[in-house]
Amino acid sequence: MKEKIISIIESYGRTSGRLMDILLSVQAEFRCVSEEAVSLIASELGVSEADVNQTKTFYHFFTTKPVGKYAVYMNNSVTSVMKGMYDVVDEFEKQAGIKFGQTTPDGLLSLNYTACIGMSDQEPAALINNVVFTELTRDKVRKIYSDMRDGKPVEAMFNEFGDGNNANQLVKTMVKNNIRRRGNVTLGEYEVGKGLTKALSMSSQEVIDEIKNSNLRGRGGAGFPTGLKWQFCSKETGDKYVMCNADEGEPGTFKDRVLLTERAHMIFEGMAVAGYAIGAKEGVLYLRHEYKYLKAFMESVLAELRNKNILGNNILGKGFNFDIRVQFGAGAYVCGEESALIESSEGKRGEPRNRPPFPVQRGYNAKPTVINNVETFCSVVKIIENGSAWYRGMGTEESAGTKLLSISGDCKMPGVYEIEWGMTIADMLQMVGAEDVQAVQVAGPSGICLPPSQFNRKIAIEDLPTGGSMIVIGANRDLIKDVVLNFMEFFEDESCGSCVTCRSFNMILRKQVKKVVDGRGIKSDLDNMLAWGEIMRKTSRCGLGQTASNPVSTTIKNFLDLYNARVKDAEYQSDFDMHKAIEESCEVVGRPANIHE
Amino acid sequence: MSKPIIATASLAGCFGCHMSILDIDDRILQLIELVEFNKSPIDDIKTFTKQCDIGIIEGGCCNSENVHVLKDFRKNCKILISLGECAIMGGLPAMRNGIPVKECIEEAYLDGPTVGENKERILPNDEELPIILDKVYPLHEIVKIDYYLPGCPPRADLIWKAVVALATGDELNIPYELVKFD
Repeated sequence: MKEKIISIIESYGRTSGRLMDILLSVQAEFRCVSEEAVSLIASELGVSEADVNQTKTFYHFFTTKPVGKYAVYMNNSVTSVMKGMYDVVDEFEKQAGIKFGQTTPDGLLSLNYTACIGMSDQEPAALINNVVFTELTRDKVRKIYSDMRDGKPVEAMFNEFGDGNNANQLVKTMVKNNIRRRGNVTLGEYEVGKGLTKALSMSSQEVIDEIKNSNLRGRGGAGFPTGLKWQFCSKETGDKYVMCNADEGEPGTFKDRVLLTERAHMIFEGMAVAGYAIGAKEGVLYLRHEYKYLKAFMESVLAELRNKNILGNNILGKGFNFDIRVQFGAGAYVCGEESALIESSEGKRGEPRNRPPFPVQRGYNAKPTVINNVETFCSVVKIIENGSAWYRGMGTEESAGTKLLSISGDCKMPGVYEIEWGMTIADMLQMVGAEDVQAVQVAGPSGICLPPSQFNRKIAIEDLPTGGSMIVIGANRDLIKDVVLNFMEFFEDESCGSCVTCRSFNMILRKQVKKVVDGRGIKSDLDNMLAWGEIMRKTSRCGLGQTASNPVSTTIKNFLDLYNARVKDAEYQSDFDMHKAIEESCEVVGRPANIHE
Repeated sequence: MSKPIIATASLAGCFGCHMSILDIDDRILQLIELVEFNKSPIDDIKTFTKQCDIGIIEGGCCNSENVHVLKDFRKNCKILISLGECAIMGGLPAMRNGIPVKECIEEAYLDGPTVGENKERILPNDEELPIILDKVYPLHEIVKIDYYLPGCPPRADLIWKAVVALATGDELNIPYELVKFD
């Protein structure tokens, strides 16, 4: 073990800045990062064990005990549950004879849950040894389990691949793109290198001005003007970085997965344009661990771009040097927050930083850094190619261009749609073949739960901003139990724990929602939930805590009747059960559990 | 109008909050002009002799007797106040909440470093003794609580102002530093 770990450490240049990669390799090699491995890594890197442990324990996919030879991570996001996850779970448990959270005694198989893996349009889905299995059924589980018993490699368990690059020799996944609508920008026609060639014929300030004039705003969801971000960063001096946020973790979003699969060249090209504009030589694409299956493919695209001199030294003969590496995460929703993503890329816990300083001032390795979403970089390429006026011609006044939507849930045609900003929710529902809709969850759990009375609202930054996640919730669903409770369980798991209110209130709100679902709630519980959610919003450092109460607050606001039907009109109710509370201690000391009231 | 009647009790607390009541110093003379005391360690009345207006409780509930006393207070007091950290959140005693009851009891009576001779390994199980609960509960999880006075202990001035406001019906004006400790 020692030699192998040392060679892993060597391969990452013996620096603690690459701790994430080191831990990922150790986990992949030994199916765990044991305590011995932690000590060894710490001593080899010259840091304390606590330094290694704090990173290790932060991420979902690092384990102290070995996972099974086949490590199943079942997605328990809301759409997976909607599409029959519990049947799949039941079949896995039956076949393996263990419960989720356990490993078979022979070490063959471990079963665990994980948060949304970006397959909401083909659920229920699971990762098995980082290989994606979609649209699982009881039959498929039985087949998979029997293959496991036969010792088949996971890659050999299926032979039908998805469309487009999903079938590429380096990818070979069953994942489907489900591209339902192409617009003119990110999923339109694309010729490698055209945008960058044009950018390099302009001055860097001209590139920034073009992006500014296009009104392009960040596609991750927050909608910050991209040109302005670049301008801020360009004014800083010294080494700079360009980072691409490919950590889409918002349940219900999967559009970046499609771009990473079909527009990898375009993403990297967009990063190079940004590098030229702000004066950076290095780029990092932070890719979520759930998309590990794209690793070899992404690296081959990088190699191809270097061969074409679109990356590397003296790019296209213009004296501009820029290269990119791919950094993997290890399962943490909060790393989609840009400063947490930077921390993670530096090998640390993915805890959001205090701001200011902003990443454009002090980002990756404490250097000025521009971070943009995958879709933003793709848009950049087309804006440079066709000009800002062309881009502004699409969308609305305040939201220029097109937006990729990841639409899932109760509709006939879930998948990725490139639309112009400004479409109404009603039109969207018609487009995806959704009938009898109870609600639409706009922008994922951290967004809002929209009732039919508001379906005339527009998908646009000025009305309904979204990173792209749209979950259609049919009339037959139990909104509070199936959706709100699921979302609060998600936030409770994913809070990094740094801010007290986010750490505590997510748990408290989850319990409170459960109380309502179980029929134990009273009217004042609803007021409490709203008040506590507001405290969490005001006192959390990052977007996670600031939005985590939205599932509760937007449904109480928009679906109050559903809550009122479940809560009692009592002033006070106690859940305290004296008999339960004394049972254990009576048994320990050996006395009858009698209470004389 | 007759004087409002106050009752107090200390459950799973350290009596620190009651000490803080006494820290109102010479205002105690004004207090007895303002209110009448019933069941309370302050006057040593053991059981309720009449219906009270204000019940003030220190400490959370760690055993069956605490629950009994608390419910008795709720029955006999119009207004119930949680006084201090332990009553409001369980406080220091609630540090055992993450530890199984069995381990707590064995540490206390068998294995702890301060346990004297207990060769027969006896655990207290006389039926007369209060029964330890599975965890320490804050008061509001067991009965309805009307007001909360925070602190460990709450400052004497806070207790004084709260009691005076309740007794007189005047507005309660609490300066920031009376309830914030950062």
